[in-house]
Amino acid sequence: MDNAYDGLTDAGEERHWAFGTGFTAALAGVDRAIPDVDRAALAAYCLMLGDDALVYSQRLAEWCSRAPELEEDVALANIALDLLGQARLLLTRAGEVEAAGRDEDTLAYLRDEREFRNVRLTEIDCGPGPGGDFGTTIARLLVLSTWRLALLGQLTASADPVLAAVAAKGVKELAYHRDHAAQWVLRLAGGTDVSRARMIAGLERVWPFTDELFTTHPVEAALPGVAVDPATLRAEFDQVIDTVFGAADLDRPEVRQVAPLAGQAGRDGVHTEAMGFLLAEMQHIARSTPGAVW
Amino acid sequence: MDLEREFERVVAADHRVEPRDWMPDGYRATLVRQIAQHAHSEIIGMQPEGNWISRAPSLRRKAILLAKVQDEAGHGLYLYAAAETLGADRAELTERLVEGRQKYSSIFNYPTPTYADVGVIGWLVDGAAICNQVPLCRTSYGPYARAMIRVCKEESFHQRQGYELLMTMMSGTRQQRAMVQDAVDRWWWPSLMMFGPPDAESSNTEQSMLWRIKRHTNDELRQRFVDMSVPQAEKLGVTLPDPDLVWNAERGHHDFGEIDWSEFWRVVKGDGPCNQQRVAHRRRAHEDGAWVRDAAAEYARKKERAA
Repeated sequence: MDNAYDGLTDAGEERHWAFGTGFTAALAGVDRAIPDVDRAALAAYCLMLGDDALVYSQRLAEWCSRAPELEEDVALANIALDLLGQARLLLTRAGEVEAAGRDEDTLAYLRDEREFRNVRLTEIDCGPGPGGDFGTTIARLLVLSTWRLALLGQLTASADPVLAAVAAKGVKELAYHRDHAAQWVLRLAGGTDVSRARMIAGLERVWPFTDELFTTHPVEAALPGVAVDPATLRAEFDQVIDTVFGAADLDRPEVRQVAPLAGQAGRDGVHTEAMGFLLAEMQHIARSTPGAVW
Repeated sequence: MDLEREFERVVAADHRVEPRDWMPDGYRATLVRQIAQHAHSEIIGMQPEGNWISRAPSLRRKAILLAKVQDEAGHGLYLYAAAETLGADRAELTERLVEGRQKYSSIFNYPTPTYADVGVIGWLVDGAAICNQVPLCRTSYGPYARAMIRVCKEESFHQRQGYELLMTMMSGTRQQRAMVQDAVDRWWWPSLMMFGPPDAESSNTEQSMLWRIKRHTNDELRQRFVDMSVPQAEKLGVTLPDPDLVWNAERGHHDFGEIDWSEFWRVVKGDGPCNQQRVAHRRRAHEDGAWVRDAAAEYARKKERAA
C-alpha cells in the first residue's frame, strides 16, 4: 500500500486522524469582567441578541441541501454558522452574568417559548417552507443583516467587554451577510419578471415586522453605555435600504406593521405561532434524553 | 509525436495528465463518469446528515454538523469543477442526477433515524470514503488529484469529529450507548459495500488501474478499512456485527464474513430505503431554484449588454 495517508497526518497525531480539534476559542484573551450595571438586565440583553442569532440561524440552516445553487447552499450555511457562533458567545455570556448555572445549551434547549427574547422577524418561516421562497429569504436577510450590522457597529463601544468583543467579531461577518443580500436583491429585482415579482412579494412578507426592530425595550433603556438603543439605528438602516432599493429600482413596501400584543412582542417573549414549532424541533432530542451528554 | 505514446509515458511515469493534454476518449469518459458520480455522492450525502441539523442536541454539535454538511456542498463544487475541465457541463451532470440517469454512492440510500447515525456516518462512512479517496490524491488526472487532497483533509476531519461524538455518547447514558451500538449494527455492512463489488466481479477496475485512475482494487481497500476499524471499535466499546470477524495472524489481516451482495445490488438498482426520497429531494431543490438561476443569468446578460 502506498503511504499517501501519512501526508494527511500532523506530527504527534494518531495515524488515522488528519487534524487536531485544537481551535482557539473565539474570544480568547477578552476580559470577562462584568460591568457595574443591573445584572438581570444585562443577562436579558445578552439573551435578546443571542436569541435573535440562534433562532435566525435555525431558520437559515433549513436551506441546507435545498438552495437554488450549490454556491448558495454554501453561502447560506456560512451565514447560519456565523450567527450560530454569535449566539453561542452571547448565550454563554447571558449565563455567566446571570450566575445561576445555566450554560449555552441549557439556555437554548431548556427554555420555554415565553422565555425567548428574539424579535419575531427572526422566527417566521420565509422559505424553504411554505411561508416563503428564496426571494423572501433574501428580503429578510437584507433587513436583518442591515439592522444587526448597524446594531453591532454601535455595540463595539459597549462598556461590557464581552459584548464589545462579540460585536467587533460580528461586524465583519454581518458586512458580508448584508453584501450577499444586497447583491441578490439586485439580481432578483433586475432579473426576470418572475424574480422581480417574487422579490417584491418577499419584501412585503417581511416588512410588517420591521417596526419591532427599532422599538426600545425597557431592558435596553436600563443599560446606558452597555446596550444599544435600537431607535438610534433607524437612520443608518433607512439610508442603506434606500441605496439598495434605489439601485434595484424598488419601492418600499406599502404594508401595515404587525402590532404588538398588549404592548408586548418578541423581546418580551410574545411570539408568532411559528415559534412553538421551531422550538419543538430544535429542542426535542435534548429534552427527550435527560442526563445525556453530547 | 505520437500522442497516445506520450499519454502512456506520462501515466506510467506517475506524472499528471492535465486538461489540455491529449487523452484517450475512454480515459476522458471514465473520469467524467467517476468524478460526476463522486460529486453527486457529496451532494446527495448532504441529506442523511442534513436531516439532523435542525435537531442537533447541543449548539456545539449543531455547529459541527452544519459545517460538515456545508463542506460536502463544497466538495461537490470542487468535483463538478474538475469534471468541467474535461469538457463536461455541470448543469447537464445535475440533470443526469435528478433524472436518475447517473448514480451516486449507494450508502446515502440508508436512513438516519437517530443522532448516533451522525457519529457513525462520520466514523465508518467517512472512514470508508477516506480509504477510497486518499489514493485518488495521486490519481493520474491532475485536477481530480488536486481536488482530492483538499477533500481528503476535510473528510479526515469529519471522521475524527464523528468518532469523537461516539466516544462522548458512549460515556453517557445507557440509552445513548444503545443508540451507538444500534447505529453501528445498521451501518457496518453497508460501509463495507462502499468499496464496490469483489475484484472478480468489478467490471471497471482493470482498465482504471492501468490508467492509474484507480490505484488499489476494491478488495484491497475493503481489507484496509476493516483492519483500521477493528481497533477503533474496541476503543469505542462497540461490537461490530460480524461473528466471523477475527484476526488472521498468517495473513496479517482480519478475516471477515460474507457480504450480502444481493442487498447491495438491490440498493444500487433503486430499491434501497431512501433512493426515491433522496433523488426527489434533490430534484425538488433543483426545480424550485430554477427561477433564481434564470434571474441571475438574465441579470448578468443585462449587465453585459449595458457595459
